[in-house]
Amino acid sequence: MKNNVHTLLIAVVILIFSFNTLASGNEIHLDQAKTNINDKKSLRRGAKLFMNYCSGCHSIQFMRYNRIGKDLNITDKEIEKHFILGNEKIGEIITSAMSVADAKQWFGQSPDLSLVSRSKGVDWIYSYLHGFYKDNSRIFGVNNHILKNVSMPDVLWKLKQDESSEKFDQDIIDITNFLDYVGEPAKLVRFNLGIKVLGFLFILFIFSYLLKIEYWKDIKYGKWRAKH
Amino acid sequence: MNSNKNWIDQRFPLTKVWNEHLAEYYTPRNFNFWYFFGSLAMLVLVIQIVTGIFLTMHFKPDAIHAFASVEYIMRDVNWGWLIRYLHSTGASAFFVVIYLHIHRSLLYGSYKTPRELIWILGMVLYIALMAEAFMGYVLPWGQMSYWGAQVIISLFGSVPIFGPEILTFILGDYAVGDPVLNRFFSLHVIALPLILVILVFLHIVALHTVGSNNPDGIEIKKNKNKEGIPKDGVPFHPYYSVKDIVGVVVFLMIFSAVVFFAPAMNGYFLESSNFIEANPLQTPNHIAPLWYLTPFYSVLRAIPPMFGSQFPGVVGMFASLLILIALPWLDRSKVKSIRYRSLPYKIALGIFVISFIVLGYLGMQPVTPINALLARVFTFTYFGFFILMPWFTSIGKTKSLPIRVTE
Repeated sequence: MKNNVHTLLIAVVILIFSFNTLASGNEIHLDQAKTNINDKKSLRRGAKLFMNYCSGCHSIQFMRYNRIGKDLNITDKEIEKHFILGNEKIGEIITSAMSVADAKQWFGQSPDLSLVSRSKGVDWIYSYLHGFYKDNSRIFGVNNHILKNVSMPDVLWKLKQDESSEKFDQDIIDITNFLDYVGEPAKLVRFNLGIKVLGFLFILFIFSYLLKIEYWKDIKYGKWRAKH
Repeated sequence: MNSNKNWIDQRFPLTKVWNEHLAEYYTPRNFNFWYFFGSLAMLVLVIQIVTGIFLTMHFKPDAIHAFASVEYIMRDVNWGWLIRYLHSTGASAFFVVIYLHIHRSLLYGSYKTPRELIWILGMVLYIALMAEAFMGYVLPWGQMSYWGAQVIISLFGSVPIFGPEILTFILGDYAVGDPVLNRFFSLHVIALPLILVILVFLHIVALHTVGSNNPDGIEIKKNKNKEGIPKDGVPFHPYYSVKDIVGVVVFLMIFSAVVFFAPAMNGYFLESSNFIEANPLQTPNHIAPLWYLTPFYSVLRAIPPMFGSQFPGVVGMFASLLILIALPWLDRSKVKSIRYRSLPYKIALGIFVISFIVLGYLGMQPVTPINALLARVFTFTYFGFFILMPWFTSIGKTKSLPIRVTE
């Protein structure tokens, strides 16, 4: 009797959850971004691509130039030479070259990308960068599958034209990977640290468990005595 | 050493307190898995207070700077990301632990005589904790912080006659803005933590006055030896302190796994839209509170507006919380523990737990006709558990209680 009741209740719960999975079928399909945050080379390439193709309009205002250098093993000299396009200092935050007023006049404000990987996710960035297609009704001649009627031009068109499709895909993976890092720089360290912490806790668990067993032997044999 | 102890004992009841609450606090020896969560809740409270102290050093309670200051903590403050993740994960962990702790109470009837006051203090703690968590969630000033605050605070505006005045009083403005952020910061970092600590103290003092319940739901104090010590009791320290350490370590393993490997918990602990700064001009498509508040949010949405007012829903939501306090007086059963309860109670508790989980799930989903219908059905079963309790706890056959606790 009791088992039947439980089975019935579980069935009801599953039914409810499945209704909602069906109902949420109308979302845009995103391709999976095969990024690897531990691939420093990919991150460095991504950083370079970002500085050349994105930072003209998009800032990453929560990120500092020398932080990128420190995290991705790039020397200050290289950062100054390849990454800083204006006359900013090495410890400054990464703002876009375009002023807000100009942006508003040209095509509207381009968003800061510091946290785009956290608010939209890496799959979204990857699919979006791949999502441009020709559309002559739009001002820049392109539209996007993921973000309809976006005012951003297809800034990577030259790469798409000149490079093999594998190389172009890798470029987009690199930019996506870099933005994933920018969204959460701690991601570079937290996995490794987590493994160490869990290792420590596991050893602590063994000792604490043995301690518990040792004490509770008293209770098994009725040996404990109260203090007076 | 001993002379130092005497010096203190003449001026402060150190040994007395130690004995009463640890070394000579006799605890039933048959505690199981469910009895870890009280001490774990205290651990999480400590984690929240300690990490909170460090976050407060770097956070700016200012509508212009708050969002950026959280990112500053995440990037520029040494170990700031860890402190913040411990705090954000701690908030959800607190509710996981508390829900399991409350469930234990329901399983073994820990709210029944003579522990009614412990239960009431616990429920007030739970409500204070929800307020604390809600206010903390507003502080990072992301889109969900802002719009969540907008939705919840506007509930007070639905109070008949005085609604608008109450709303302005809470907001300190006519919309959610800087004053709300400032006062929530103040309430979150000092007022509510202070209340929580005091309530925890009272909760434990009340517990240690009557003694702990156990999975058999029988009173160990009824069976004492010549020295007046319960036969089935063991001193809390060292037996349960060493046992709780094991629980603490296991908990910390799960907790650390979340903190280091999935701090956002796929949007359940940190919502993706909260990584967009608050924008009063742009309402998100879908506003939902964090998972631990959603059962009550579901009740709110399930009750339709009446006479053009949302007030019935608000009353329903608060009623769904406050009705918990009446539990000790609604339960008419002679036995406490689920082990000896009648079948009707077991079924009712099962339905209640499922109602709560489903309501929680629905509260995260957008309202669709089928979801709205389900939320209403489960709101009925949720309240049904309490309203029908005097009936279903007095029917059916209960098993006979053992004299001593079972292994």
